Amino acid sequence: MKTDLSPRAKVALYGLMCVLLIPFVFPTWWMVTSSVKPISDIFAFPPDLWPRRFDWSTYQQVFELQPFARQYWNSAYIAAIVTIGTMLVSSMAGYAFARIRFPFSNTIFMIVLMGLLIPSEVTIVPLFQLFLSWDMINTHWPLILVPIFGAPSVFATFVMRQFFIALPVELEEAARVDGLGRFKIFWTIALPLAKPALGAVAIFTFLHSWNLYLEPIVFLSSTQMFTLPQALTQFTDAYGGAMWNIQLAAATMTAIPVLLVFIVAQKQFVEGLAHTGLKG
Amino acid sequence: MHMRLAADTTPRKPAFWTMARRDAASGYAFIAPQLVGISIFVLLPLGLVFYYSLHEWNVLANTFTFVGDANYQMLLRDPNLPQVLWASAVFSAGLVVLNMSLALLLAVLLDQKLKGMVIFRTLFFSPVVVSLVAWTIVWSFLLQANGGINGMLAMIGVEGPNWLRTPSTAMISVIVVQVFKNVGLNMILFLAALQGVPKELYEAARVDGAGRFKQFRRITLPMISPTILLTSIITIVGSLQVFAQIAILTKGGPGVSTTVLVYYLYQQAFQFNFFGYGSTLSILLFAIVAVLTFIQWQMRKRIVFYEN
Repeated sequence: MKTDLSPRAKVALYGLMCVLLIPFVFPTWWMVTSSVKPISDIFAFPPDLWPRRFDWSTYQQVFELQPFARQYWNSAYIAAIVTIGTMLVSSMAGYAFARIRFPFSNTIFMIVLMGLLIPSEVTIVPLFQLFLSWDMINTHWPLILVPIFGAPSVFATFVMRQFFIALPVELEEAARVDGLGRFKIFWTIALPLAKPALGAVAIFTFLHSWNLYLEPIVFLSSTQMFTLPQALTQFTDAYGGAMWNIQLAAATMTAIPVLLVFIVAQKQFVEGLAHTGLKG
Repeated sequence: MHMRLAADTTPRKPAFWTMARRDAASGYAFIAPQLVGISIFVLLPLGLVFYYSLHEWNVLANTFTFVGDANYQMLLRDPNLPQVLWASAVFSAGLVVLNMSLALLLAVLLDQKLKGMVIFRTLFFSPVVVSLVAWTIVWSFLLQANGGINGMLAMIGVEGPNWLRTPSTAMISVIVVQVFKNVGLNMILFLAALQGVPKELYEAARVDGAGRFKQFRRITLPMISPTILLTSIITIVGSLQVFAQIAILTKGGPGVSTTVLVYYLYQQAFQFNFFGYGSTLSILLFAIVAVLTFIQWQMRKRIVFYEN
């Protein structure tokens, strides 16, 4: 529609966007490049956009100062379980709310939506007490059970419901006439069609789990059990000062799995957003 | 074989598993995991947090006594609370205004038909991909007294403050760090909305001689208003939950100038072990979220011009 841009306007537009990009791109660039600089070079003025000298030993120190591999595994497996669990729980609930007629379904949907209204921060004190009474403090159970079944998955259920409502009924009717059960219809027909919405749910859920910070510091106490966000802030010297180069090397490594998830699911993500009713 | 033939000749009893019953059973089975989860991890704790708020709870002495509304009285007299609420309000308001306007500006820019837009879009979106704590750590380096921001300011002869330790700049710094981190999500949502606006509307408006700004105000904004409303709700509710950024950048300081409600509740409950008072603060947080959601729900009727 707006193809009639003059060459001058184009140059102005590119220029404006390049300037706007600086605060978006520079911190990440600086994080990655500084992670391989010797500590003295990190404070160089003006900052070097490319390392003058490379010092890869920081990446080794990350693993020596903390059980970083273990912590990495903790974050990765928790995020994987939470993502798959949420996709399953929320797509089933979303499908039922969208497609199956059963008594009180609207009332129950309203109750479930309460989860959207109540951030997990509101319930963190009783959740701590609950898991304490179940002897699950300093285990990963709270970080797995609450996101899959509790408030964080409600948004996913909402997204899935919106998607299934928009799906043409005819696709399932033939299967129903053939006498296929609800679960079979859901599993073999509806769910494969819901890939875009599932992609969006997967990315949101993975990001949420990967970035979780309050819950781990409330529920976990031993370094072995820590997740990455928690671990990143622990690289301090004897005086409590930050060991910048090591923190930045560890931080760089935490970006990699998220990057991979995005590369795999990006297409689904954009399509999913277009389908979830978020589009105007 | 015989049995079956015999059964076939008798008149059929109405089956118990009618279509409706089958549907009801499968419906309940499908929602069961979510419903049980919400009951145990949301509704039960919500009841408990209210119950706890009526008690004084000393973890060290292992006492748990009913005190009625004493915690709520304490809430009213808490000298820190006005500042905490103010900090939360400033954070939310600043974040929403900056986030929404920047997201809309970027979406409009990226909606132009130019070469290389996919690259720009990806780059503006990239902070979303960097893990939250990593991003915050980088900014805490950049914002310290001898950090990168002041280094750049020094090159143009300006002496920058110690951003995170100065009361007047700490809050704005936290907001800006958060905006750059997450604005990409809203930007993508706006971009999808912009691309959903029927092109004929613009053509008609051009024929009528409407300028670009007028087209934006009269067509674009009303058409994407559902998305604006939805993203603003998500952004405001999200802003009330901010914790990691505060814990890493300022620890609520200087003073209590960046102590937002969630951080304060964390301190009271898990650092000072005041579980009863922490629960009372949780109730306050819940009340604020509920009121905000209600207001936004009401606003939907007034500002949303178009819904599918």
